Amino acid sequence: MPRIGKQTWEFPSRPVLLSAGSIVGPKEGEGPLGQDFDAVEEDMYFGQDSWEKAERRFFEQACEIALKKVGLSGEEVNVLYGGDLLNQIISANFAARTLAIPFVGLFGACSTSMEGLALAALTVDAGYADYALAATSSHHATAERQFRYPTEYGGQKPPSSQCTVTGSGAALVAKTGSGPRITHATIGKVVDLGITSPFEMGPAMAPAAVDTILRHFEDTGRTPEEYDLIVTGDLASIGHKIAVEMLEDQGYYLGDRFKDCGILIYDPDQEEVFAGGSGCACCATVTYGHLLKRMLRGELDRILVCATGALLSPLSNQQGESIPCVAHAVVIERGEES
Amino acid sequence: MTYVWAFIVGGGICVIGQLLLDLTKLTPAHVMTLLVCSGAVLDGLGLYEPLIQFAGAGATVPITSFGNALVHGAMAEAQTNGIIGIITGIFEVTSAGVSAAIVFSFFAAMMFRAKG
Repeated sequence: MPRIGKQTWEFPSRPVLLSAGSIVGPKEGEGPLGQDFDAVEEDMYFGQDSWEKAERRFFEQACEIALKKVGLSGEEVNVLYGGDLLNQIISANFAARTLAIPFVGLFGACSTSMEGLALAALTVDAGYADYALAATSSHHATAERQFRYPTEYGGQKPPSSQCTVTGSGAALVAKTGSGPRITHATIGKVVDLGITSPFEMGPAMAPAAVDTILRHFEDTGRTPEEYDLIVTGDLASIGHKIAVEMLEDQGYYLGDRFKDCGILIYDPDQEEVFAGGSGCACCATVTYGHLLKRMLRGELDRILVCATGALLSPLSNQQGESIPCVAHAVVIERGEES
Repeated sequence: MTYVWAFIVGGGICVIGQLLLDLTKLTPAHVMTLLVCSGAVLDGLGLYEPLIQFAGAGATVPITSFGNALVHGAMAEAQTNGIIGIITGIFEVTSAGVSAAIVFSFFAAMMFRAKG
């Protein structure tokens, strides 16, 4: 049976992660992973007249890069799974209008990258698509306006807050071809331990990440040692520390193989990155830009990417509700041919 | 010495604002209104005017002085025009500040774009 345990999907056909596109903004370009991204856009407006329009351009661009690398056009792609952080996921919706690929909109907040990748792998594995695209985007200024204060307002951010990554990542999943393989996906449950501050996303999301990672080990019967890298989406430094402690409480010592995309993407000395990166694009660009490149260089054979999402809305937050969180994990293995 | 007291009092008000931001769950808007209201209440009790005499710009530059000015204008106008003066007087002293904020923001918004 392709489902193993309670929450894990095993993909018998091992769909290929044929190609990926990653594009980031200026701050991420200056960060330690700057060289690994396919493109760095220096203009936060991307030549548009609003940040929301710019975010769409990032989304479209990441998809186009992924397709261009393997010489495909949008017409050959059977389905696009996409989402972002804005109300009614407008970045994904509007970009899908331009891309003209059959589209399923997702909202998983920052977990959207792996939610989309899991669904793309599922669709290809089940034979409903030859090519499936999974993409997501975020933009620092649109996320600030959506969840906290507009940039123009100039509100102070506490050190526990995170910096939303500007950029987009897209992955093209195919039935055949050469490239890394997607072997498993663990779909997470929504976990809420009662944190209410939108400046403490990492600590809010850590329990969800731990829940999904533990569930993954339980379902697959694997141990952490079987992975070269176990990486969370955007817990950043504070949330990462909490996740490490929670895993150790459960008897799992992940050590150096446990990383977080939100910590990897910025240098802590960079201006205003606070605890680290966040946003849909954080996990997507680090995975599709940096981690896949390391895999192609032969440095990593098998990784578990666990994207974490805070499922709050500005309204739920203003009404004093706590932040429900979810995490989805996907296993990517180095392909035999690559 | 005037400069020193201006620095200490003005800085002290800012420290209170910063502590409120850092140690409580209040939003920046909450802190701002709290400081404005504090200035208004202090003036109502007759305490803000002596503070200005003592610290000069240290008391007039922070946002608390806006609250003080609102009450000051209303009270002064009430003395000459009665009850209706409370309404007309609120922006009597502060009108320059409010108008300047509107006009300068307008020009700033016309000329510049937020960087992101």
